[in-house]
Amino acid sequence: MLIDTRGLSCPQPVLMVYPHLSGSDPIDVLVDNTTSQENVSRAARRSGWSIEAREEGDGVVRLELRKQC
Amino acid sequence: MLEQILSDITPPPDREGRILHGFSNNEDAVLVKAPPAGLALVQTVDILGPIGNDARLFGQTAAANALSDIYAMGGWPWSVMNIAAFPSPSASSDTPLSVLTDILSGAMEKVAEAGAVLAGGHTLDDEWIKFGLSVTGVIDPSHAARNNGLVPGDVLILTKPLGTGVLATAIKAKWHDSDRAERDMYHWTTRLNAHASSLIRDMNLRAATDITGFGLGGHVLEMAEGSGVSVELDTSSLPLIDQVEDFASCGLIPAGTYRNRDYCSCRTLKADSADELRATLVFDAQTSGGLLLAVPAERRQEACERLEALGEPSFCVGRVLPPREDREKLILV
Repeated sequence: MLIDTRGLSCPQPVLMVYPHLSGSDPIDVLVDNTTSQENVSRAARRSGWSIEAREEGDGVVRLELRKQC
Repeated sequence: MLEQILSDITPPPDREGRILHGFSNNEDAVLVKAPPAGLALVQTVDILGPIGNDARLFGQTAAANALSDIYAMGGWPWSVMNIAAFPSPSASSDTPLSVLTDILSGAMEKVAEAGAVLAGGHTLDDEWIKFGLSVTGVIDPSHAARNNGLVPGDVLILTKPLGTGVLATAIKAKWHDSDRAERDMYHWTTRLNAHASSLIRDMNLRAATDITGFGLGGHVLEMAEGSGVSVELDTSSLPLIDQVEDFASCGLIPAGTYRNRDYCSCRTLKADSADELRATLVFDAQTSGGLLLAVPAERRQEACERLEALGEPSFCVGRVLPPREDREKLILV
């Protein structure tokens, strides 16, 4: 699943991602500011997900969230 | 617009006759009695965008927030002027004028509690609601607490817990239990720092500030640099309002808090033992936060006892250390 939060500000990105953290399907999240990146990462980490951040260029980061067994 | 609203609110009482000639006859300026000889004026202005969902409590918060700058120096409020931005009733605005009436009413309740008088104000038509006060206070200039008065050996006492930035974000997100968060937030943001300010005068404290938009860490760093010292804050004993740490760990941290942390990062040393989340919450952007009082270590107990007698909490959050040679003036342990 891809969740695109570009152009949105806090707390919208977390609100978009949070409901999906109760599942276990891989989630990719596009963020374009450090607040979104840190907040989405915190929410995921708290729910037991690993986070890999990849630069996509133009200030966009793809957060690869994977449920840890 | 303003005439109609002003007729609906009760201005704070002017028991001493400080307003010599008021704005009731459409005057554009107001004559205010000067304070007693030997005292100085202390002036400030502060304006906020809405916080929470209650107009009256937002008005109280914005007033307490503006008045706090006077209290932080050890002064007391003398007169205020309202400053409001509000959308005029029109086809494009569905915000009723009663919202502005509620904001002003709330603010006047706090101005009355502070013992100040209303000297007028200004309202402008704007798409976004904003409200604040210009405050004139009175102070004994020889006993004003300053940002640059920290001395190694002082302990730092905070008079309100932290986390209003996180709570405001949780409220905006309509997160679960955000009703309780809103009650808790307003409980602290509407509280005047008047009692804590009286301690500055009674104990002749040299340094104090109020904790607002730059967060505890940002304001402490300003004081440390101004005073030529370094400051250690103990993150493990950071006083946080109920639910703040939980909300923050869910990612409900406002952008302003991260901006504060990042702006201060090259001047901050975080010990490995300091928890990362709490080291971020040190910079949580506060609205109408408490006073941070610098107290000589040997008078710490006296200060806490005096605050308790005044009904004020006291949280010992850190201590002032000698200057360091590097740029890192704020140490988080």
